[in-house]
Amino acid sequence: MIKDVLKLLLEGEAVRTEAMASVLGVTDAEIEATLAKLEEEEMLLGWRPVVNPKAVADHEVQALIEVSIVPEREGGFNRIAERISRFNQVVTCYLMSGGYDLMVVVRGKNLLEVATFVSEKLATLGAVQSTATRFMLQCYKVDGFLINGGDESHDRLAISP
Amino acid sequence: MNYDDFIARHVRGLQRSGIRDFFALVQQMPRAISLGIGEPDFVTPWNIREAAIYSLEKGRTSYTDNLGLLSFRRTVTEYVERIFGLSYNPEEECLIGIGVSETMDTAIRALINPGDKVLYHEPCYVSYSPSIQLAGGIPLAVGTRPEDDFALRAEDLEAAWEPGTKILILNFPTNPTGGVVEKERLEAIAKFAIEKNLIVLSDEIYAELTYEGEHHSIASIPGMRERTVFLHGVSKAFAMTGFRIGYACAPHPIIEAMMKVHQYAIMSVPIFVQEAGVEALSNADDAVASMRDSYRLRRDFLVRRLNEIGLKCHLPQATFYTFPDVTSTGLDGKAFATQLLQQGEVAVVPGTAFGKDGSSFVRASFSTSYKKIEEACDRIERFVNSL
Repeated sequence: MIKDVLKLLLEGEAVRTEAMASVLGVTDAEIEATLAKLEEEEMLLGWRPVVNPKAVADHEVQALIEVSIVPEREGGFNRIAERISRFNQVVTCYLMSGGYDLMVVVRGKNLLEVATFVSEKLATLGAVQSTATRFMLQCYKVDGFLINGGDESHDRLAISP
Repeated sequence: MNYDDFIARHVRGLQRSGIRDFFALVQQMPRAISLGIGEPDFVTPWNIREAAIYSLEKGRTSYTDNLGLLSFRRTVTEYVERIFGLSYNPEEECLIGIGVSETMDTAIRALINPGDKVLYHEPCYVSYSPSIQLAGGIPLAVGTRPEDDFALRAEDLEAAWEPGTKILILNFPTNPTGGVVEKERLEAIAKFAIEKNLIVLSDEIYAELTYEGEHHSIASIPGMRERTVFLHGVSKAFAMTGFRIGYACAPHPIIEAMMKVHQYAIMSVPIFVQEAGVEALSNADDAVASMRDSYRLRRDFLVRRLNEIGLKCHLPQATFYTFPDVTSTGLDGKAFATQLLQQGEVAVVPGTAFGKDGSSFVRASFSTSYKKIEEACDRIERFVNSL
C-alpha cells in the first residue's frame, strides 16, 4: 500500500485522506497509519504546496550558489553540508559531481539580503573554498509544474470506441 | 436525385456504429460525466511529441516507403522482440499503418475472397464485423462468457466453425470486456487454428496495459508464427491515439499482400509521426509503466464501487474498461445507458454496441480522473437506487 499511497501523493492533485482511502478501498485509519509510517521512515519529509514563484516575486528572490568545500577526514562533505543546510535561508542543498561540490539554493527578501548571507555566513565557513552566486531570473517549471505554456486543456470526444 | 442508387449495396446495408448514435445523445448533455471514452486521458509524453516537432523542424515532410520508414520498422521489430519475444525481419515482415484500425482492415482486404468466412469473438471492438463485410467476407461471431471473465474457449470456436472459414480474429486483451486469455487457453486456440488451417489476425493493442499476469501473444505459440498477423500500435499504452500509428508483423507473403492494398489506399503513414513512433518505442517505457499504474488504481476503485452499487462487475486484468452486468436493475444495457444518461448524467456505452452478446452489459471506462470516477459512481448509485 505504501507504493500506492506515494503514487497518489505524487500525482500532484490535492489528495485528502478520505479520498485516498476511498480510492484504495481501505479505512481512513489505515491511510493515516501509512502516512505516519512514511514520516517515521523519513520517506515523507513534510507537506508544502507548490507555489508559482511569480506569486511571491515582489518579496522574494532566489539564488543558486555553487559552493566548493574542503572535505574533512572521517566526515567527507557531510558535516559541512549539513551545517550549511541548517540555515533558514537555504531551501535546498545537494552534493554534486562536476566542477563544484554543493549546489545550494538560497531564498531572501532581496538581492542584498541574499548577497549578504553568502558573503557573511556561507563564504566565511572554514571549509568553504569558494562560492559562485547565480540569481534566478525567470521560472519556467518548478517541482514538475509548468508555469506558462503547459498543455492546453483539450476536450476529448465524449464517447469513442 | 436518389443517392441510394449510387451507394454501394454492401455499404448501404451496413449498420452505423452504435457508438456513434449514442455519441449524438451525449453531445446534448454537457454536464454529463463520460465514462464512455475509449482513449487515454493522459497527454502523449513530451519526449514523443518533441520528436514529432523536431522531425517537422528538420523539414521531414515527404512520403516514406509504403511499408514505412526502415528506421521505424527496425525499432518496431526490436520492440516486438523485446516485449513479446517475437522475431521479425524489419525489411520484409513489418508494415506501418494508420493505427491498428487500418492495418486490421488492410489485412482483411488482403486475405479475404468474397464469401470467405471469418471467426471473431464478441463482445468486441466495433469495426471487426463491418470490416469483414466490407471486404465481402462473412462474419461468424463466437460469444465469450462472463463466467470466464470473457476469455475465449476453443470448444466454442469449434462449434462455430463452418466450412469455408479462413480467418480467425483475436483481440486480447479485449475492448470492451477487459478479457485476457491465459497461456493454456491460447494453446488450445492455437491447436484449433492449426487443425483448421486458419490465418489468425491478432489485435494486441492493449497488451502493455495488463495489470496481473503476463500477456502472451498467440504468435509465440509453436506453429503459429507462420499463420499469425501480429497487429499492434502505440495508441493506448503510449497515449498516442491522435498520432494514428499501428503496425503489422507477419510472414513476408502476407506483408507483401497487405502492402499492395496499403500502398494504393494510403501511400504511407506521415513521416513525422513515424519518427515520433521511434522515440516512443525506444524511450517511453517508464511513462507507460506510470500510466499503467494509474489505470490499475482507478480500475480497483471503479470495480469496487460498481459491485457495491449492485452491478456485478468482474475485475478486468487489462485495458481501461470495465464491463458490468446491469440486469440486476431490470434493464438491458441500452435502456440502462440511456436512462442513466438522461436521469443520472453519466455516459457509459451500451454493451450492444459491441455485439449482441453485450446486451446485458455496459462499458464503463476508467480513462479519466479519480474525481470524475468518484462523482460518476455517486450518480450511478443514486440512479440505481431510484429504480
